Amino acid sequence: MNPLNIEGTSKTPFVSFSADDGVLEMSGKSIPENSIEFYQPLYHWLDQYLQLPAKTTTVKIQLEYFNTSSSKCLLDVFRKLEAVQKSGRSEVTVMWMYEEEDEDMMEAGDDYQSIVSIPFRLTKVTVE
Amino acid sequence: MKESASITSHTDPAMFNIYEMYKRMEGDDIILAFKGNITEELLTSVFQIMESRLEMSPAELRLKKKVNNILVECLQNVYHHMEDFTDDEQPEDRAGSAMFLICQDKNNRYRIITGNHILTTHVEGLKTRIDEVNAMTAEELKAHYIEALRRSELSDKGGAGLGLIDMARKSGKKINYRFDAVNNRLSFFSLVISVD
Repeated sequence: MNPLNIEGTSKTPFVSFSADDGVLEMSGKSIPENSIEFYQPLYHWLDQYLQLPAKTTTVKIQLEYFNTSSSKCLLDVFRKLEAVQKSGRSEVTVMWMYEEEDEDMMEAGDDYQSIVSIPFRLTKVTVE
Repeated sequence: MKESASITSHTDPAMFNIYEMYKRMEGDDIILAFKGNITEELLTSVFQIMESRLEMSPAELRLKKKVNNILVECLQNVYHHMEDFTDDEQPEDRAGSAMFLICQDKNNRYRIITGNHILTTHVEGLKTRIDEVNAMTAEELKAHYIEALRRSELSDKGGAGLGLIDMARKSGKKINYRFDAVNNRLSFFSLVISVD
């Protein structure tokens, strides 16, 4: 299965999903006016990944901030990961990374953690 | 010396007001003002300008991100509501025209102010939603946000009302608003969010 690589822009995040090692990364900002358009290829990739996932799936997310229309799309991403977990084919962990003192992003991770059933690790990272 | 009077060529009537407007903006701590149609391209530029301005400001990182995030939410909220008027049958109302102001005072307190047209029939519903959000504690806002996010899965429509909750939650302040009657069809909705 082909990896999904998307360059980051001032309004959309960097995306790197690899089915080989099961490492799915997202970083930067997610503030497009039309979020669904941006997230569509991610959903598509995840639907395919569900068919033949790696033994473990590690999702690393480090967002600076995101708009509320992206928050709905991110939930859909987690829902698809939940399906991967429930299929019993892969062990899914989400590493939700937030910068030190960024309570808003920590809270956002906590919000998702309370909605979806996959394990979340809220991880503080130090800014240089 | 005598208080200097204004010297003018009297060619353009608008010239009389520019200095007054400048002083007003200075007094109100306005760092960015816009009036007109809000497009995606405009928002991209405004977000970039504000991000580099904030980058240079002495404000702490936490506040910079908060201001950027709330700014995005407020302006995109106006942008999405202008879409309601793209095929407006009464274009002379200029209902798709809006405005926003970004203010920063000497103590690094920010205010984001937006103004846009809405249908008068929507005023009551919007007022009720803001009042509800304003009456909530931080914990209640969190629970309400999670509930709205969960519910949003069932609908395909925009932010599903997450915007107002998010603004209140991130700013930690009450949402100030005002409605002015424009004509029998339209009202002007003004929103002020403070961030510090």
